[in-house]
Amino acid sequence: MTATTARPSLTAKASNYLDERTSMSTLVATLGRKVFPDHWSFMLGEIILYSFVAILLSGTFLTFFFEPSMTEVFYDGSYAPLKGLAMSAAYASALDISFDIRGGLLMRQLHHWSALLFIAAIGLHMLRVFFTGAFRKPREINWVVGFILFILALAEGFTGYSLPDDLLSGNGLAIINGMVKGIPIVGTWISYLLFGGVFPGDDIVPRLFVLHIMLLPALVIAFIGIHLVLMVINKHTQFAGPGKTNDNVVGAPIMPLFAAKAGSFFFIVFGALVAIASTFTILPLWEYGPYDPSPVSAGTQPDWYIGFADGALRLMPGWESEILGWTVSWNILIPIAVLGLFIVLAMVYPFIEQWITGDKREHHIAERPRNNPTRTAIGAAGVWFYAIMWAAASSDLIATHFRLNVFHVTYALQAMLIVGTVIVYWLTKRIAIGLQKKDREILLHGYESGRIVRRPGGEFVEVHQPLDEYEAWKLKAYESYAPVMVRPNAKGKITPATHLRAALTRWFFEDRVSPVTPRELEVAKQHDDH
Amino acid sequence: MSAEDQSAPSEQSIVAYDRGAAIEQSDGFSNPGLPPHRPRQTDLHPAKERRAERQVVAWFLLSMLGSVLAIVAYIAVPIEPGNMGSVRANNLFLGLAIALALLGVGIGGMHWARQLMSSHEVVEERHLSRGSEKSRARAVEIFELGDQESGFSRRTLIRNTLIGAVAIMPLPAIVLFRDLAPAADAVDSIAHTMWTEGERLALDPTGTPIRADDVTIGSAFHVIPESLKDLGHDEGYLDQKALAAVLLMRLPVDRLKEAPGREGWSYDGIVAYSKICTHVGCPVALYEQQTHHLLCPCHQSTFDVTEHAKVVFGPAKRPLPQLPITVDAEGYLIAQRDFTEPIGPSFWERLNHIDPDHVPVSAAETETRA
Ligand code: FES
Repeated sequence: MTATTARPSLTAKASNYLDERTSMSTLVATLGRKVFPDHWSFMLGEIILYSFVAILLSGTFLTFFFEPSMTEVFYDGSYAPLKGLAMSAAYASALDISFDIRGGLLMRQLHHWSALLFIAAIGLHMLRVFFTGAFRKPREINWVVGFILFILALAEGFTGYSLPDDLLSGNGLAIINGMVKGIPIVGTWISYLLFGGVFPGDDIVPRLFVLHIMLLPALVIAFIGIHLVLMVINKHTQFAGPGKTNDNVVGAPIMPLFAAKAGSFFFIVFGALVAIASTFTILPLWEYGPYDPSPVSAGTQPDWYIGFADGALRLMPGWESEILGWTVSWNILIPIAVLGLFIVLAMVYPFIEQWITGDKREHHIAERPRNNPTRTAIGAAGVWFYAIMWAAASSDLIATHFRLNVFHVTYALQAMLIVGTVIVYWLTKRIAIGLQKKDREILLHGYESGRIVRRPGGEFVEVHQPLDEYEAWKLKAYESYAPVMVRPNAKGKITPATHLRAALTRWFFEDRVSPVTPRELEVAKQHDDH
Repeated sequence: MSAEDQSAPSEQSIVAYDRGAAIEQSDGFSNPGLPPHRPRQTDLHPAKERRAERQVVAWFLLSMLGSVLAIVAYIAVPIEPGNMGSVRANNLFLGLAIALALLGVGIGGMHWARQLMSSHEVVEERHLSRGSEKSRARAVEIFELGDQESGFSRRTLIRNTLIGAVAIMPLPAIVLFRDLAPAADAVDSIAHTMWTEGERLALDPTGTPIRADDVTIGSAFHVIPESLKDLGHDEGYLDQKALAAVLLMRLPVDRLKEAPGREGWSYDGIVAYSKICTHVGCPVALYEQQTHHLLCPCHQSTFDVTEHAKVVFGPAKRPLPQLPITVDAEGYLIAQRDFTEPIGPSFWERLNHIDPDHVPVSAAETETRA
């Protein structure tokens, strides 16, 4: 602090007090003017963080009133239709929060809406990172950290959904119980231990509660911390643009602009969530009644983010074997394995891609998706695969809504899951390459200006306007890769891995479109002038 | 490539990374550099700047108003017991006022940042994420020193026993979790249900016993054992219900295609099947009268009641277990015995608990077992 006046201001004094005890100034000096690039898609990560804060605050409020217990009580609150009914204390207290505590319903709905936004924003953020290649070195580890956060978020969602012990959440647990029992050898025992005896038992709610409010949030906070620290160390990626290079970062300094924008955005996200929570009902759990293993209504839906798992179960044919006297439930194991493989592949994708390209350099420029057609196509196929499983979780609703036979809807979805994924891959790749070709055209021959002129010869032509140099740079600046040749390694041997890598680079880059070179541009200019 | 036009810091030139399949673009274009800064309206016109300032202040004032309104709403729109309208009003007004308080700060702050704070773009150099050569060398040195001073890799016996000790340490955790559930055997406790010989079939949830005469053709009853209603919730009411829930239907006798050995399990066209789906255990609650199909709402497994609830569609593999029933002297429906096989989703040890009296439904079921 440079206090030149005789009487230092109060802020100066306070800062000095702090710094002399914490060396805060070092932190401010190193971080205070760090630069954050600006792009709308970079806000997705912020939304995740801010909705998480809303979750923590509303969730803390809820814990003051929620009673995580399955002890039997007879409801005596103010919701008349359920009066006198036997139910668990958990469900009764969830009803009390909704009907007898001012602001309780608001906090419950805020908690649920924030959780939905949290997971939705995580999904979109992951797509942004994937499709722009922002997971490349040095950010592979942070991709994995983010992926763990995604899984933790799903776990948080599921445990939270199960707490109120209403009919819906109990049915969700029944399905989990059945899936766990399908695990070979240990499944029966895991279910038995999990539920504290026979399903549903009276232990599961307090157990999930501890996970939901203590263990999982602690992990989420820890991983968010790692995620953010790594982001600061790696600095944020930026899109290619004039003045932006792989060696700099262009944008707003933390103090004050970025801090002001981010801080304001926090209040906007929070405010919007409260506005939604006050106007739109979510999970009207009083309509479902307490959990009972017997009734269930048609069209019950899990929360949308769990839908893909439910859909996978629906699409699986009923296979089951009895081998040497033991029962193996393929109808459960295969969906679990497919989902597991899908998640693991997505998680390690950065390492796979790096092994294929062999590119060990640091990348800080976010790629435009079209400039890496194969990756973009893989991503699109993955999104399709997920989306179909997700849609399958509503196969009965699709059937009733469009007056179709639910069997046929299921067959159609099965076909779309397998054939559709291949088609989407192929189509996306073609579109990306087409867009790249269009970019080339625009660079070489300018864009169509919409202005028609008459040539001396009498014919009409549309004037093509060249891009200004700043716009042009965005189209010119991208990395290009070529398939690698099979070459012997240092020992003069050609290993199968070398062959595999060469084949994979061919798959990735064979039909690539190379960036325009200055010479090409020169030639095109001369051609256009004549 | 964008890196060419920047003179790389000396540290980076030491580290040459393999570019793999990437093409070297030595003749690339050069980066045109940052475009000239475009001033905003508020930079150019003091009047507009003052207006933006007033707007920001207005939003902040609105936020204050929102906070006050929230307190007012909390007191002025109370919840009246039993009145759903008051719950909704409380939620709406309290929520909107809090939202106003938050959005006021957010929108005002954003307006301030975008219109009035310096909008000049700032450029910061990046460096490789790795530490400097010096710190890397020092880190290696420290590890080597640590190794030397402790003798970690020299004293192999110490090292290996330590690794072994730490590796074994988590093992007690496995046994620690055994008492999550009662001492009874997991498989035994789900292998049987409350149904016993003579147990009356009763309506769910009232527990009223059902007379065979009351079951008309086409109707489906949700059924529990009559003695279930004597169980309190803390005595395992839900647990037993989750095992014993049954669906009862009467079909025209000529529609029933009964397998040899199971003819005696129904009574005059009345059949009883476990309600718990053999897929992952949802209650199979939907009965289609025309087709005599039972549909599980969870994943659409469909069971044909005319043929011992065998699976006609969906991810379930096995038919719903049948409860052998008959009537007692007073005409009430009773169970002949418990189910002959475990109900609900499949589990690893399931086949060990199939009763010798069990009669498999179809060839398909016996086929895989062989
Ligand atoms: S639980 Fe019945 S179909 Fe899955």
